[in-house]
Amino acid sequence: MSLDASHINAFLQATTAVFDTMLQVPVTFDKPTPITGQTKQDVSGVIGLSGNVSGSVILGFSKETAEGLVEAFAGPGMEFGSADFADAIGELTNMVVGGAKSKFEGLSVSIGCPTVVAAPGHSVVNPSQAARVKIPCHTDVGSFVIEVAFLPDRVEAQSESLKPTIQTGA
Amino acid sequence: MRALIVDDSKTMRRIIRGVLDNIGATALEEAENGQDALSKVDAFKPDIILLDWNMPVMDGINFVRNYRGAGKSTPIIMVTTEAEKARVIEAIQAGVNNYAVKPFTPDSLSQIVMTTLQKAGVKA
Repeated sequence: MSLDASHINAFLQATTAVFDTMLQVPVTFDKPTPITGQTKQDVSGVIGLSGNVSGSVILGFSKETAEGLVEAFAGPGMEFGSADFADAIGELTNMVVGGAKSKFEGLSVSIGCPTVVAAPGHSVVNPSQAARVKIPCHTDVGSFVIEVAFLPDRVEAQSESLKPTIQTGA
Repeated sequence: MRALIVDDSKTMRRIIRGVLDNIGATALEEAENGQDALSKVDAFKPDIILLDWNMPVMDGINFVRNYRGAGKSTPIIMVTTEAEKARVIEAIQAGVNNYAVKPFTPDSLSQIVMTTLQKAGVKA
């Protein structure tokens, strides 16, 4: 399955709905762009896609943005890196990705449970075969990115070697 | 009204708990997945169950099949990001009474809970 504008629009719509409804934080977007390199983040929420689409979606945040968004979503007092902090980022990622994949016309797609990495300067590395697009997102709380990666149809996405991997900044 | 909230996200359980508190829930119990819910539901005796779909260990749809398969009729609302028509039909066929799509506003979820309780003849 190739990654096209309809899929990107699905992410824009889902992100807007989640941020408006659950966080009361308006979000705007810059033009989505293809990416090839690695992006360093402090916090990443990662969810795998399977079914008619194989790949992954990453919501990547700076520490400050993640803290602000978690407070807007779940309330104050969540310590960076704690289990509750990770839970909130994971659920935020789940709602964005789940909402987006529900808008994929004519496709049956399942999502996995979210994985959250909170480690300053880490990278989430997608397999080189994946077509990747970065969607820059902006809020009053701070900016973040959504990285969508679709694997080509011929690639066996279930292979462990083709799942995203985490590289820490250390 | 006694409600069982089944969601693997503690954040989401807390948000749903807040909604139910505001509409007069008298007792709330939480479970982290379908298996956890099955282990708690008989002792807690909820009037309504709010259930996520995607959870580890046992997902929401398998909880419904297990629970309905045991002859239990407590109303169940699926509260999930799974918004495709095919998923809604699958859930209803498995025995879900109502469906709420994440993201939701407190008002919209409250309305779905009240409607579901009313249809089941349970006082909120």
